[in-house]
Amino acid sequence: MTAQSTLSIRRAASEIGRSLLVSCWFMFLTFPIMVIKVNPLERTIDWQWMRLVWIGLAVFPLSFVWRWLMRRKEHGGSQDGEDNWQKRLGEKIRADGKIYTALLAILAVFVVAFPFMFSSYQTQIMISALMYVMLGLGLNIVVGLAGLLDLGYVAFYAVGAYSYALLNHHFGLGFWPALPLGAGLAAVFGILLGFPVLRLRGDYLAIVTLGFGEIIRLVLENWNTFSFGPSGIAGISRPWFFGADLSLGQHTVFLYFIVLILVAFTIVVVNRLRNSRIGRAWIALREDEVACQAMGIDKTRTKLTAFSLGATWAGFVGCVFAAKTTFINPASFTFMESAIILSIVVLGGMGSIIGVIVGAMVLILLPEYLRAFSEYRMLVFGASMVLIMVFRPQGIIVGVRQHYRFGRKESTEEQGERDAASA
Amino acid sequence: MLKVKNLHTYYGGIHALKSVSFDLPEGEIVTLIGANGAGKSTALMSISGIVPPRYGEITFLGRPIHQMSPDRIFALGVVQVPEGRRIFPQLTVTENLDMGAYLRNDRKGITQDIDYIFSLFPRLAERRHQMGGTLSGGEQQMLAISRGLMSRPKLLLLDEPSLGLAPVLVQLIFATIEKINRENKTTIFLVEQNANMALRIAHRGYVMESGVITLQDTAANLLNSEKVKQAYLGL
Repeated sequence: MTAQSTLSIRRAASEIGRSLLVSCWFMFLTFPIMVIKVNPLERTIDWQWMRLVWIGLAVFPLSFVWRWLMRRKEHGGSQDGEDNWQKRLGEKIRADGKIYTALLAILAVFVVAFPFMFSSYQTQIMISALMYVMLGLGLNIVVGLAGLLDLGYVAFYAVGAYSYALLNHHFGLGFWPALPLGAGLAAVFGILLGFPVLRLRGDYLAIVTLGFGEIIRLVLENWNTFSFGPSGIAGISRPWFFGADLSLGQHTVFLYFIVLILVAFTIVVVNRLRNSRIGRAWIALREDEVACQAMGIDKTRTKLTAFSLGATWAGFVGCVFAAKTTFINPASFTFMESAIILSIVVLGGMGSIIGVIVGAMVLILLPEYLRAFSEYRMLVFGASMVLIMVFRPQGIIVGVRQHYRFGRKESTEEQGERDAASA
Repeated sequence: MLKVKNLHTYYGGIHALKSVSFDLPEGEIVTLIGANGAGKSTALMSISGIVPPRYGEITFLGRPIHQMSPDRIFALGVVQVPEGRRIFPQLTVTENLDMGAYLRNDRKGITQDIDYIFSLFPRLAERRHQMGGTLSGGEQQMLAISRGLMSRPKLLLLDEPSLGLAPVLVQLIFATIEKINRENKTTIFLVEQNANMALRIAHRGYVMESGVITLQDTAANLLNSEKVKQAYLGL
């Protein structure tokens, strides 16, 4: 037997040993929840030993896969390769105008045709997914670009929803005038929150914004004369469509298009913002505050614009939410919402618009279609988050910022002229 | 051009500047030398308003600026190149430069200035589309100074531009600082530990020890002064 083959046998043996160890460890870990089943009526314990065997058998091959993936990641080959692949595909699509427009056209036709192709139920789900796309893009301004970790984003969502609901309830104001009002009010609340937290960063900021989100919810829950408390506000009008009397299904389709247009609007605005001067100021502020101040950037104003612009989108979506459900109460605006929106941004890829869209689709649509396994929904949710964070820590789609090439055209032209002159 | 009178600056309870006064005449290079922790950087931070002074007075072109916010002081033409370079690693070289021109709107002038900077530091022109974080230490320092120049400052505050650079690069940086002063008539306030190099290009110098200015003279006199030779030049 050659030395090489003994070496490979030894390596294989150690691999198998490690996998065995991992399966034993998992059997031990899951023992209390999987094996012991207490029957409280008969006061007996059922020992389900077969389950232990199944776990061991399932984990054994999985641990090979896991180690293989980790090794691939450590060698850097896979991730770089994937990123390159993604980048190359992105560049190719962007460079080739034909493919780009064709893809865009197909996508446009699909989203426009969506409510007519699928059932009302599917359209409803799509509406909420698109709403989360907007929320994600709005939060992306604050978290992804300006680097301010905001855990109370749902508060602005609530402000938008309640401003439409209350204006509608008391003054009979319709959806269309309420939409900019709700967004404006949310922006004002963004500034209100922004002022006290200007000096804070990172963990401290997260705690304060978390508190802010809870304060808004608790106020709505307890100030009965103002917000009708936990019983909420019912009978909110649906959006007005040239006075037409729409059926429920037609309303859904109409709402779908409202949200679609708002999403398109958001994408355009966020894209413009990101590549604008204020967008770069946000990124710069995220990276180095002192350097920003040394560049004459007004820290206060830049942070406040980030907060208020982020809040504006939440206000928009809040109005749409109130119009969609026609009933709102504080239970819709818990911390869990903030956490989901933040997960959309982080999992999708911070700072990347496509990433946020993909993130929202995955996080909102997946649970809907996983209703069959609704008991395991959170398990799948958690596991997929862990997996993404391990293997793609920058998110599903890594944000590629359009780089600013200042006066490149002129300078190359000048270069050409200079060359010509010297020749 | 800039007058500092009886300046006291605190970091919380720590008294970092104890009644510091100095003058920066227009068009000159003035250097402030001293050991670690003497308060040199604090003096710069106080001028630029990032660490506002508690007592005392700073006037720039006759206007009191010690109570202004950093962005307003910047808008007047007092620009700081912070210690440790602090360029934006996720922005490209040109984007970094554009951040320096944050308050300007004349695109043509900005393009011209970028061209001027690329003539000053050809290395930056080669790396214009590279991320700031991928530059070497020397290139980052060049970028930091250039970024400061992008706002066409009247007074440039440089905080230890030689920090952590190879001697050849230090020579290059200092030669460029001299050139900037000569060509643009930019007043330069240079805070340095490398006293030898700083005094060679400066017109005037101040020596600082634990928050107090202990010596002040022309740079040539300071270079020859026994005290400075012993304490800072290691001769």
